[in-house]
Order: sequence, then structure tokens, then C-alpha cells
Amino acid sequence: MYPDNFLYTKEHEWVLVEGDTGTIGITDHAQQSLGDIVYVDLPKVGVHVELGKSLGSVESVKAVSDIYAPLSGEVTEINKLLADAPEKLNQDPHGAAWLVKIHLSAPAEAHDLMSAAEYVAYIGAEK
Amino acid sequence: MSAAPALKTTPLNSIHRALGARMVDFGGWDMPVQYTGIIDEHHAVRRAVGVFDVSHMGEIEIHGPEAARLADFVTTNAVHKLKIGQAHYSGLLYQHGGFVDDILVHKVAEDHYFLCVNASNQEKDFEHIRSLNRFDARVDFAGPRYAQLAVQGPKARDTMQKLTPVALAAIRYYWFTDGEVCGAPARIARTGYTGEDGFEIYAAPAHAARIWNEVMSAGAEFGIKPCGLGARNTLRLEAGMALYGHEIDASISPLEAGLAWIVKFDKGEFVGREALLRQKEKGVTRKLAGFEMLGRGIGRDGYEVLVNGSPAGWVTSGSPSPTLNRNIGFCYLPAELARPGIATQIMIRNQPVDAVTVETPFYKRAK
Repeated sequence: MYPDNFLYTKEHEWVLVEGDTGTIGITDHAQQSLGDIVYVDLPKVGVHVELGKSLGSVESVKAVSDIYAPLSGEVTEINKLLADAPEKLNQDPHGAAWLVKIHLSAPAEAHDLMSAAEYVAYIGAEK
Repeated sequence: MSAAPALKTTPLNSIHRALGARMVDFGGWDMPVQYTGIIDEHHAVRRAVGVFDVSHMGEIEIHGPEAARLADFVTTNAVHKLKIGQAHYSGLLYQHGGFVDDILVHKVAEDHYFLCVNASNQEKDFEHIRSLNRFDARVDFAGPRYAQLAVQGPKARDTMQKLTPVALAAIRYYWFTDGEVCGAPARIARTGYTGEDGFEIYAAPAHAARIWNEVMSAGAEFGIKPCGLGARNTLRLEAGMALYGHEIDASISPLEAGLAWIVKFDKGEFVGREALLRQKEKGVTRKLAGFEMLGRGIGRDGYEVLVNGSPAGWVTSGSPSPTLNRNIGFCYLPAELARPGIATQIMIRNQPVDAVTVETPFYKRAK
């Protein structure tokens, strides 16, 4: 369920680090808790996002939630699919419905993130 | 660790968990907010049938020779006009005209009235009514004696008719019959909080799980879905129905909330009457209005509403409407602006987004 090559945050984002690029999304656990997603607001390409700061928001039928940057960097690409098909985030949060790609400015920050096993234990304990 | 008191549970708690519902703390109750998804559940009720566990709702019973007089004194609608087997929507008000709660009053017998009240208000309501009881009447806190299921949607009657000998077609809207459901004694009311046809079933908690399971089986051929509080909210909002704590509360009067129709001034003395009369004579300064978003976004509870660029009111409820495919809501506005067609802006995360006031209800079923 939770890919081993992703790193995870306590706020339920994931990041896939490949070289100096980070692909960011929200976890399956997050999409389940949010329920039917109706809007996804993402930053513009070129914006600098900072670890732990809001990079955008996801809105479900019930409520709106911030997405926090799992790592710092400059946005290089946003997933255009989500503007017209926000429900993809409910269907494929770890795949087609990634949110943004960033050029990492401080790759060492990744040491503080959780592995898949740690994240699974974390959401298990949260229940 | 948390020192919060344990959440109250309904007799169906383990069923919700077994169905994989997402549970939330709803006013101190551990309740399902959704099973498969709010939109899915919402459509099931509009198109076929859905079942809700609303056992958290409170019940208060008034018995005695002057039961009607007490009920008329503490509520805004005309209790003395109810026939046996009839129910109506009503307000329980403070002296100053604000809501203690909004309730359903059922006339069971000349000397017996059955009130269905909001879950998180039930203790407050009971104390309120008891404190005003200067009549030959007895007020009972009956919440723990009843489980309640709401079976709602165009296929609700076909579903429920399999489970009861009572001729459901003969129960008119806002009437009820005491009979049997799945062999258990039950009060079957043709009421609901969704804008669809349907029934609210009151039965002893011991029978709740069996009735739930049989309702699910009986509705299977229609595609029945268990529905949570999320869909209950989107359905009632489309139907233009108020939710306590949002459209109404202790600071809001029925005249402001667009509920003048539940206030019967000519019935004689009742709690809140003087305040409402003064308000009626002077005219209310603010009123509830429906709105629809024009720009991208959802105006949610508590968001500020601007008219001509100036703060004018606040949103009480807002949500995507799955039936209309638009973003809708209610807000309070100065009375002169609380009419359809007024251009407004709603402050969504510090950005003004265009909206317009519209007629309510947002959705009305075809009769």
C-alpha cells in the first residue's frame, strides 16, 4: 500500500526523492480521511516552498486542509490533471495524482522523514 | 493521555465499524461521517434509498392531562392543532426569542406528546422544558429508550414495506403510526431531513441492529447504502433545512432564520412570544439567505460575506451540492439584502470570491 521508496510526514504527505528532484503527494490515509476531494490548490511553478510550510490545499466535501511541504525547494512542475479531475486524488494518491515536483534546496532534510514502515506504524498508532 | 470523557455510542456502533465507516466525535457521540463516500451516499438517497443511524437524536416525552398546554407553552408551533398521529416542526425558544433547539413534536395521544430533539441539546432541552413546567404534566428524558433509523429516498417506502404490516402509503407526510417493524414495536414517522420521501423509525435499542440489517437486506435490490452524517448534511442543506449550531442557535430567532412559519402568534402565550412580537413590529435586522458560488471555491461555516466590498454577514453552512453540481450555502445578511440576486463576495482563505444570493430550497423533489 505504502511504497517503500517514498518518505512520509506526520501530516500525511509523501515525497519521492530522485536525485535533486522531489515528487510530492498526499498519502492514501490522507485521502481516506478527507473523503471526496473537490478542489486541489497548488502553487505556481517557480515558487519556493519551505519544509513544514503550506504549499497548497486540498478541499473535500466536508473541509479544507493544508498540504505541507515535506522538503524545501523550488516548484518545477505541477500536476495539471488535478485541476479538472480532483477526484483522481481519491483514486490514485500514490501514482497519477502526485501534486508537485520540486528542485530540492536542502536534500539533507530528508533524514527527518519517516520510512514506509515507520509511517504505517505511525498511522496505526494514531487510530 | 487524553482526559476527554468517553464518547457516547449508539446500539449500531459495532456495525458502523464493521462496515468500515469513518467515525467522528459529533457533539460527544461516536458517529459515522461516511462509509463509502459522501457523494456516493448522497446520490443513493436522491436516486434510490439510504439508511442513517440517527439514534444519537434525543427524545423527550410529555404526559398528562395538561401535556398539550405545556407543549404549546414551550414551543412556537400550534400543538393544540395537531391531530393524534400527526407531527410538526417547531422551535424551543428562550424568553429572548433565540433558539434552545429545533424539534419535531408528535402527538401520540391527547395526553402524550413525543419530541425528537438534537442529540447534543437533549439534556439542555429537557432541563429547559422541566423548568417551565407549571402544568399538570410530566416530562420524561427518553433518549436512552429509543434507537432511531432514518430510511430515506424514493425507494424508502418499497424497502420498508417489506418489513412491516403497516400500510405505509397511508401514512401522509409528517404523520406517523405506531406499529411493528421486523416484528418489533416501532413508531414509523413519514419525516426526514433529506428533502426526499422517507421514514424515521423509532424502536427500542435492543432491536436496532436487527432492524438495520433487515433494512439493508430489504433495500439491497434498490442499491441501498448506509449513509453517514456527511451525506445527511449535504442532503439537508440542498433541501434548505436548518442545522442547530449553524443556521440557528441561542442568538438567532425563527424570524431571522426564515422560520416565521413555525411561529403561531395567535395560539396564545408561549416562551419567546413577546420578544418575537417586538422583533416582528420593528422588523428584523438580519435574515438568512441562500447563496451560490460563482467563483471557484466553497464558502464555509464562519466565512465573512461582503456586499459592495464591505463586511455584511457570515456563512452558516456551505458545501458542494452533489445533486446540483454547484457550491451552495446559507449566510446571514442585513434583512434588506437577504433576497435572491444580490451580488456578494465570500472571503475564502483571505481571497474574496464572487457569490450570489439565490432562492431556497436549493433542491426540491418532483412530487
